[in-house]
Amino acid sequence: MAQTIETHTGETLQRPLGLRGVAADLSSDQRAFKNISWGKAMMWIFLLSDTFIFGCFLVAYMTARMSTTIAWPNPSEVFALTIGGHEIPLILIAIMTFVLISSSGTMAMAVNFGYRRDRRTTAIMMLLTAVLGATFVGMQAFEWSKLISEGVRPWENPWGAAQFGSTFFMITGFHGTHVTIGVIFLLIVARKVWRGDFDTERRGFFTSRKGNYEVVEITGLYWHFVDLVWVFIFAFFYLW
Amino acid sequence: MTQVATHAQMQVKEQHQQPPIKLYLVVWGFLFILSACSYFVDYAGLQGYLRWSLILLFMALKAGLIIAIFMHMAWERLALVYAVLLPPVLVLVFVALMMSEANYTALTRMTFFAASP
Repeated sequence: MAQTIETHTGETLQRPLGLRGVAADLSSDQRAFKNISWGKAMMWIFLLSDTFIFGCFLVAYMTARMSTTIAWPNPSEVFALTIGGHEIPLILIAIMTFVLISSSGTMAMAVNFGYRRDRRTTAIMMLLTAVLGATFVGMQAFEWSKLISEGVRPWENPWGAAQFGSTFFMITGFHGTHVTIGVIFLLIVARKVWRGDFDTERRGFFTSRKGNYEVVEITGLYWHFVDLVWVFIFAFFYLW
Repeated sequence: MTQVATHAQMQVKEQHQQPPIKLYLVVWGFLFILSACSYFVDYAGLQGYLRWSLILLFMALKAGLIIAIFMHMAWERLALVYAVLLPPVLVLVFVALMMSEANYTALTRMTFFAASP
């Protein structure tokens, strides 16, 4: 017990920086990630594993698209919408991108206000993030139903290579699931912030641990990751 | 024990200066501009290597801004930065393998199935 306390106070000492710091951190006893909590380190490691999942999806998509001898449907035309008599290419996807980027912006501000212990603003910013996330999922549902009504199936579509449908539903479906889980996660943490759990150090009903405002940052990491994945999907699936 | 740890971490956190809100708004603005740029690539109908290199450029810049500023990677210790950012680079090896595999599959399909209809 006493030893543990000693090492924790010892961490406030200056640690080496740069590559020497990497070597010192990784070769030190007890833990490699010195100034972050286990919760944040675990979220980063989870996000790393999720990166590989989406990486595999995108690599599979690349393989399917490169190896098919039938022409790939042009996403610019497939995702065009007719607004006011004009056919605007990819407009829905562009709006979805802006909505998701805005939600990332409000989330970053929520984290900042959280560390300033501004309970009200943090909760409002998180709720705003959740609303933007739900808007994104709603637009995705619209996009899915539009494509399904046009005859896109995982095994066929009216415009070309059959793999278009399967990769589309797989990749955007998995991403949409991540956004949905993120919205639920945000609502739960926003409720905790609003109630003042992190100010009164109320124990969580599930873990019985006292939370602090770092939970907001960890939620934020997940949310920014969802936005990050969309950046890659937007580039490779919709624009390529 | 956990109590001591969280208190120590909270003290460290409170000493740690938070970046000003303005930084987030600036990054937000840049992300909007970069998204508009990548949308413009499609809208203008650019094709070929120009299109692909611009898409990759805007994608890399957006991803970099999100990771560095929004996810606070710029302020983390290098041990975490390397642990998180280096492994995904290895995916590029996988990409190279699958490109070779996809080319082989396409070639086989063209050789054996193209003449049939």
